Amino acid sequence: MNLTKLPAKRRRLFTTDHRIIGIQYLILALVSVTIGTLLSLLMRIHLVWPDRIVPFHGPILPEDYLALVTIHGTIMLFFVLTTAPQSGFGNLILPAQIGARRMAFPVANALSFWLTALALLILLSSTFVPGGSAISGWTAYPPFSAVPSAGPGQGLGMDLWLASIAVFAIASTIGAINTLVTIIKFRCEGMTWERIPLTVWGWFTAALLSIIAFSVLLAALLLLFCDRHAGTSFFIPAGDLVSGTLHAATHPGNGSPLLWLHLFWFFGHPEVYIAILPGLGLTSMLLANFSHRRVFAYRTMIFTTLLIGFLGILLWGHHMFVAGLNPFAASAFSVSTMAIALPASAKVLSWLTTVWRSRPRYTTAMLFSLGFVSLFITGGLTGPILAQPILDEYLHNTFFVVAHFHLIMAMAAIFGLFAATYYWFPLMTAHSGRPGRLMSERLGRLHFWTTLVGAYATFLPMHLTGLMGEPRHYAQLIGVPNAAGHLLAGTLPLNRFITWSAIFLATSQLLFFANLIHTLLRGKTAPPNPWQATTLEWHPALHPNAPPEASEVQIAVYRQPCEYQSTAEGELILPQWSTDTISNIKPE
Amino acid sequence: MTSASIQSGLHALSLATWRLPFDASAHGPALDHHLLLNLWIILGLAALAHLILLIGLAARRRPESKSWRIEYLPLAALAILFAFLTLRAERLWADSRYTGPEPTALQVQVVGQQFAWYFRYPGTDYTFGVTKPELVDAPSGNPLGIDPADGHGADDIVTSELVLPANRQIDLRINSLDVIHGFSVPVMRLKQNAVPGMTIHIHFTPKVPGTYAILCTQVCGLGHYRMNANLRVLPPDQFAAWLAAKEKAVQP
Repeated sequence: MNLTKLPAKRRRLFTTDHRIIGIQYLILALVSVTIGTLLSLLMRIHLVWPDRIVPFHGPILPEDYLALVTIHGTIMLFFVLTTAPQSGFGNLILPAQIGARRMAFPVANALSFWLTALALLILLSSTFVPGGSAISGWTAYPPFSAVPSAGPGQGLGMDLWLASIAVFAIASTIGAINTLVTIIKFRCEGMTWERIPLTVWGWFTAALLSIIAFSVLLAALLLLFCDRHAGTSFFIPAGDLVSGTLHAATHPGNGSPLLWLHLFWFFGHPEVYIAILPGLGLTSMLLANFSHRRVFAYRTMIFTTLLIGFLGILLWGHHMFVAGLNPFAASAFSVSTMAIALPASAKVLSWLTTVWRSRPRYTTAMLFSLGFVSLFITGGLTGPILAQPILDEYLHNTFFVVAHFHLIMAMAAIFGLFAATYYWFPLMTAHSGRPGRLMSERLGRLHFWTTLVGAYATFLPMHLTGLMGEPRHYAQLIGVPNAAGHLLAGTLPLNRFITWSAIFLATSQLLFFANLIHTLLRGKTAPPNPWQATTLEWHPALHPNAPPEASEVQIAVYRQPCEYQSTAEGELILPQWSTDTISNIKPE
Repeated sequence: MTSASIQSGLHALSLATWRLPFDASAHGPALDHHLLLNLWIILGLAALAHLILLIGLAARRRPESKSWRIEYLPLAALAILFAFLTLRAERLWADSRYTGPEPTALQVQVVGQQFAWYFRYPGTDYTFGVTKPELVDAPSGNPLGIDPADGHGADDIVTSELVLPANRQIDLRINSLDVIHGFSVPVMRLKQNAVPGMTIHIHFTPKVPGTYAILCTQVCGLGHYRMNANLRVLPPDQFAAWLAAKEKAVQP
């Protein structure tokens, strides 16, 4: 397709400009995160006040609740946590950070975005089909997901879910190939592997994981689709009897639901690292930048990024300790899961050492990076607990797990995204001939503190309801019969607190939207390098508002990122691109 | 939002009111002890890390320090700590899952089905009868599809509550008729998925008589949240009487 022949207006929408594609991805993620957050609020409100009627909908039925859970999880994981850090900021910033002027495959890049948008549309459309959206959670365990009669939403809704994720998997694989090739082939002169910013190492490792994990997921989705419509039985055991219907006639084989769990979690766990790795890299760079310090143990940080990626594909079985996995296998997966605590700890140690006695500048981006560190610690430390099969036997599928992965994956990853947004906003808003804009620091700080308090108030108490035994995916805590009713009712006071906290957390995000609108309308004009950064995306010739003749400038790199020098006059920064040994830019 | 709900929320947050559920099993206390040890350790580590972060941010600026000690010693300490926790956990896991049940253990079958738990006792012949999915017919009193052609099934007892004797090892064989369910008994610190096409054994010893909750912890459909049953642990003599009465009721 020759895009230059399209009329001007369509050319703009179907652009192959990697920066605009990056913004398109971020807008898609912003729409998704808004929908996902509203769905989670509906869930929280229903959990503690099940009799509330939702306007334009009516009461929330148990199947509605499970549809909310499923769509919330799917949308947040795929369309927010995978899309925004990897595809959004990856497209916007990655080429410039390695001194490239474009991504390796511009048309494939555009295709990847439009496939992602299509996947989101397919997912959302499942709300409106007979039976509604799928209700089996984002993990879609068969035979529940393999047999259309297993529940409402497991018919056409489930097919649309499978189609959506399959399209998303293809889009992500294309995007990941693009990222890898760009990093390997398009680095500028002097940009050796050891001089690549850690953010780029994050994108690189996440792209490697994407290619490995999404291809397995795609295969699994196809097998499940065959089980549903082609009479195969990869995941349906012989003699399975769902809703009074025996499936022996339509599915003559003898399959294993555990096969799906293996394939799914072989994808599902690396997926978690795909979401967090870019944030890990960015945090390292921002802490160093605002502290005017070198990243402590730079080589170790590169190594730990790769090690986290590598171990990340070896520990999927920790999701299956009580799933029917061989107990000896559980022990092996326990050890591989525990092992990942070490590179993760090395990262935390590097961050603590980098900011130790550094008196950093507390910009909003820096605050969100520090928040990332805090949430990564609190969320991450419960990982080793869940990695022990004997403890998982009690905690599995309780709210303890929900607390763990929301703190580390949802909250830490989102803090990384906020840090990225506040930090790179001048580059996002600048274009040819127009300087970028800085988001309001005052509103930003308020946004940070309310979000931090809200995040902890929402997700810390979930550890406690989990310890009390509250299971996940329960549509209601009130009105449950038997001794179980007692157990669930005991968690209600805490759950009410969590719901109020969640409402507070969601409401405080309005500050972010206010900041966005305020900045776009009348934000402060940003200087060319507002944070006195050392990495190439702030290079005068790579800046989005550089004059056209800047495209002729040769880009070269002379040192690692985040190099600083103390002199009698103060701190001096040494940008990666500068030929001078010392660039005379003083901090404010 | 009423101030009363805030108050009850804050009250529930205070450490005095939260606790693990009551522990009624033989293996539970060791598990609880290990869990609490873990919780205290990570609470300590989280507090320590935050303390270092805050002190580091508050202290006067100093030139950066570089030393292999800062890089590797804390990591080595953490490696030893995590290895210690892993090994401790592995021993407990091996105790409960690496070995089979004692020969004298009471055999009970647990079957999950959207949205109920069924329990089957082998009856006076100590042998479970053959079941066939095509014979499943809950309305006519055969929810598990016990084959009348197989003599062993005639004396099998099927209940909707799990009744067990205290202080005797129980060997559960868990499976499911339709989709994956999660068999969970919080007071017994037990959890095991019920997977169709598989029969999974777990064994444990209930200690304290009482009535406890059995939940489903794997999302299995719209009735998932109300798929539960009662576990009634009885003193051995009362259990014997209960079993005898049940056996008498199914005498052909």
